[in-house]
Amino acid sequence: MNEVLAWLTDGANWQGPDGIPVRTYEHLLYTFIALAAASLIAIPLGLWVGHTGRGRFLAVNLTGGLRAIPSLGLLFAAVMVLGGVVHGDAGIFVPAELVLTILAVPPILAGAYAGVEEVDAAARDAARGMGMTGTEVLWQVEVPCALPLISSGLRSAALQVVATATIAASVSLGGLGRFLIDGLGQLDYPQMAGGAVLVALLALIVDLSGAALQRVVVSPGLTGKTGPSFRFRPRRAPVRAT
Amino acid sequence: MSTRTLRASLTALLAVAGLTLAACGNSNDALNSGGGDSGGPLIVGGANFSESNILAEIYAGALNAAGIDATTKENIGSRETYLPALKDGSIDLFPEYTGVLRDYFAAKSGDTVSATDSVGVFNELKQVAPSYVRVLPFSAAEDKDSVTVTQATADKYSLKSIADLAPVASKLTLGGPPEWKTRQTGLAGLKKLYGVDFGKFTVTDAGGPITLNALLDGRIDAGNLFTTNPQIPAKHLVALEDPKSLFAAQNVVPLVRQDAYSAQLQETLNKVSKALTTEDLVNLVKRVDVDKEDPKDVADSWLQDNNLS
Repeated sequence: MNEVLAWLTDGANWQGPDGIPVRTYEHLLYTFIALAAASLIAIPLGLWVGHTGRGRFLAVNLTGGLRAIPSLGLLFAAVMVLGGVVHGDAGIFVPAELVLTILAVPPILAGAYAGVEEVDAAARDAARGMGMTGTEVLWQVEVPCALPLISSGLRSAALQVVATATIAASVSLGGLGRFLIDGLGQLDYPQMAGGAVLVALLALIVDLSGAALQRVVVSPGLTGKTGPSFRFRPRRAPVRAT
Repeated sequence: MSTRTLRASLTALLAVAGLTLAACGNSNDALNSGGGDSGGPLIVGGANFSESNILAEIYAGALNAAGIDATTKENIGSRETYLPALKDGSIDLFPEYTGVLRDYFAAKSGDTVSATDSVGVFNELKQVAPSYVRVLPFSAAEDKDSVTVTQATADKYSLKSIADLAPVASKLTLGGPPEWKTRQTGLAGLKKLYGVDFGKFTVTDAGGPITLNALLDGRIDAGNLFTTNPQIPAKHLVALEDPKSLFAAQNVVPLVRQDAYSAQLQETLNKVSKALTTEDLVNLVKRVDVDKEDPKDVADSWLQDNNLS
């Protein structure tokens, strides 16, 4: 354990193109691109499914099925298949992002359609009763109400992608997985364990950032933490735990 | 922060830690189960490339034909991983290569070694090998590491030998296994012996499909391929000459755990080593890597052709 700590605190490991900052940056970059791509696919699709109720069967089974795909196997297959299509650095970058995107779609899709689907029917009816159109109901009522679940879907996806982005290193890309694979090859256990610690820490930080972001974007009316009465409560009143 | 968020985060942390532990546990299982000490079959190990696995199958097949119960445990990893397994008795026999094995043992014992020819390397290997292993006579068949470039790169910089890389290497990217970062027969040796200092080193794999892909696709300019790789002639690649023998002689040699040694074992493996040639290796590897045949089938047919089955 001391050796792991020594590896993590060794200044030499924090410098250069294969230092910890660069590898962490690469790792976050792979994660961010995959999450962005997955969101572009899964959020509109999930909102549509949740709003219309159409394609629900497909969405449920798609999310279940996609989760069963082994990422590492898919990565090697994608590298071999796409190798003839995309060249240069993209020859490995595109397959890796494809695999991570496929990994991120199910939780985001599930969060989006379940979030919209589970919006209180009374709120939806009230909105329609006020004369809102379908689109207005979606954007002004359903999406804000669904934000907690959409956000938790995103966070769940982020966590999975951060943990899985380590496999990019197995096809000679960078990221924190480099330390795991290079450490194994060099029989450098402190490097391997240090890399694993960094992945775990990064996952923790990403999830906590997601939690903080969720706190900011989700309407206070939905969290139960606050409301009209909140402002007038006595200063030392106990706050209900959530 | 709510307790739920904290709990989710901690769960995530544990999940990652759990995966890491699970991964470690698996590799331990692979190496520890069915050790040879308990009188079970002799276990022949193979490293994580086709040729090593084919040789493991050939050894096991020949031993079984000679009445010595043998089984294989393949795709184990790099030398740094499988030699400890030979020491602790979870593997009994390993197809090895004289040069890299000698360098590995010499680095451990602190001995200096200098020979580059087959006999000299072999003699040094016997001297530096620790007492828990026994090095059997080597085969003429040889599979050396190489620094390989595409025909286009070779033409562009007029490359014939590794030494020709010295003036241009700073502009080029080398691809090889992670061990090359730290091993003498890697970046350190290239710099010391040839003054070749690559601009960038990308970890690919040990002469496998990732290195080949990266080389053909231009992600790396030079890559570590083995000289018996059938793709070198097939894809018009150029394995650069190694006049200063950075990569010393690499004759195939059986490395056996001392406690698993027997005269009959040596006699059987000697027959294999005598029959095996470098051309055989290129052909056997081609059948597995290009024609996608099973290593065991390929090994069996070679044994049959050489009256060893």
